[in-house]
Amino acid sequence: MTAALRQLAVCYRLQLRALSTSWFDGPLAIFFPLMFATAALLVYRIHGDEAAMQYAGLGAAVMGMWTCQGVVASSLLQRERWAGTLELVVVAPVSLARVLIPMTSAMATIGIYCVVVTVLWERWVFDLPLQVESWPWFVVSLLMAAATLSLFGYFLSVTVVRYRSSWSLGAALEYPGWLLCGFLVPVDLLPDWLHPLSWAIPTTWAMAAVREAAAGTSPVRDLGVCLVIGVAYAVLAAWLGRRLLESARRHATLALT
Amino acid sequence: MEAIDLRRDFRSRSGVRRTSRTVEAVKGVSFAIEPGELFGLLGPNGAGKTTTIKMLITLLLPTSGTARVLGRDVVDDVREVRRRIGYVFGGDRGLYERLSGLDNLRYFSELYGVAPRDQRRRIAELLELVGLTGRERERVEGYSRGMRQRLHIARGLLHDPEVLFLDEPSIGIDPVGARELRATIGALRDQGKTVLLTTHYMFEADELCDRIAVIRAGEIVASGTPAELKRRVSGARVVEVETFGVSDEAVAGLRELSGVESVVVEERDQSRMLIIRCAPDAEVTQPVLARLEGTGVGRVSTREPTLEDAYVELVSGE
Repeated sequence: MTAALRQLAVCYRLQLRALSTSWFDGPLAIFFPLMFATAALLVYRIHGDEAAMQYAGLGAAVMGMWTCQGVVASSLLQRERWAGTLELVVVAPVSLARVLIPMTSAMATIGIYCVVVTVLWERWVFDLPLQVESWPWFVVSLLMAAATLSLFGYFLSVTVVRYRSSWSLGAALEYPGWLLCGFLVPVDLLPDWLHPLSWAIPTTWAMAAVREAAAGTSPVRDLGVCLVIGVAYAVLAAWLGRRLLESARRHATLALT
Repeated sequence: MEAIDLRRDFRSRSGVRRTSRTVEAVKGVSFAIEPGELFGLLGPNGAGKTTTIKMLITLLLPTSGTARVLGRDVVDDVREVRRRIGYVFGGDRGLYERLSGLDNLRYFSELYGVAPRDQRRRIAELLELVGLTGRERERVEGYSRGMRQRLHIARGLLHDPEVLFLDEPSIGIDPVGARELRATIGALRDQGKTVLLTTHYMFEADELCDRIAVIRAGEIVASGTPAELKRRVSGARVVEVETFGVSDEAVAGLRELSGVESVVVEERDQSRMLIIRCAPDAEVTQPVLARLEGTGVGRVSTREPTLEDAYVELVSGE
């Protein structure tokens, strides 16, 4: 157990180092989320509604986490494939989960950085200080968002291990995710048939928890559901990972470049 | 380690109608490697070397046949096999470019279960072995190809595997780097490691390997010690003729000459080199030049056959 935790911690630290030493994956990862947040706040500002601006400000901050982590995770194994390290990590005597979770957790850390920078940007550029009633629950909700998004990312990355064009799945998920997770528009406004899809994404519940914490109401229920869904994705990913790697061994798709 | 009648097919689909096609990459390969032996698997590109290795390291399932590494089945005992083997392949890839060499080794130490108390000592030993001491804190993206390849070897040895698979480790390395790499591989043999090396450089196999198997189109066409393979062509002589614009018909005509045992054509930049192996007492130079009348002929020379001639003959099916 201790050895496994140490392995996860060391691999997380080194993956974070690899990400943060790249300007594009590290410091500049904020660029797109910041532009999207700016566009959203400019639209919301037209009506001068303070409550709506708060709603959009919170959503735009978490939206950056979704953009720079949830989406990138689907091309995670493709990156490994391009680097030629995919075969090496697969042939290692540890499970794929212990290889991938440190990677997606490192991405989640970049996601938290995006949230912080977006919040600061909103304050400086839009003069929009976030009104948060319960900072402890707010922070816990953001950490839960990052943690469950890393598990969801693990699921996405495993699902597409056999396919070269996995990045296109990530691109396809980005904008629907903005709507489905309720970043800028309440989930209740979506058609009823889309609600199950929204509820199946842990980030929807994490976003709700963030809003609850900001409003000063208890986010415990939302955090609980978020955690259960995130863990369910991890369990599903672990099972799928074994199946898909077996399939990859049978079909010789691991080395595709 | 042993492979018994190992086969691997690949099925691909192409065209609008998604027509299925099956390619036999490995067609019943069998061999056995003794503990502490350095065994070479030689063959041209596409011969099935890498596919064979990937079955042995559990990355690919065989279509049929069996293989055991250290007594463990590569299909059923996957985790146990992976614990005991190291895998190194050639080329630029397979490392985290943005991390230092040291961080790469730390990362893979964790994945391969090297005990934390042993990691520092083990990494230092391996950096020394591969000659990267002092450069370990530099990012891999700044490493030369030879340095990367040596780092690959260090990575493959982190968990002190009993068996090491080296898949064309010297590909693309300059002569000095390749010589250093051969010295490193030789040191592994001296340490008693069992090594399976694939390469298409005959001199490399000759220098390093205890035994060699030559694989062509998915089948082993010859095996033995380097000396045994050399004996296949001993006693013969080789005439090399540099030609410009020689036709395939003219080459076919040379094969019909009395005393000519085989003709291999090597494509050079501007010319085609004919490597003609002939019987010991046969005088073929004049008849060959007569047959090539009308074709541009450059340098003509005679020499003793080398191990490379045996290899070329085996893989070209002459």
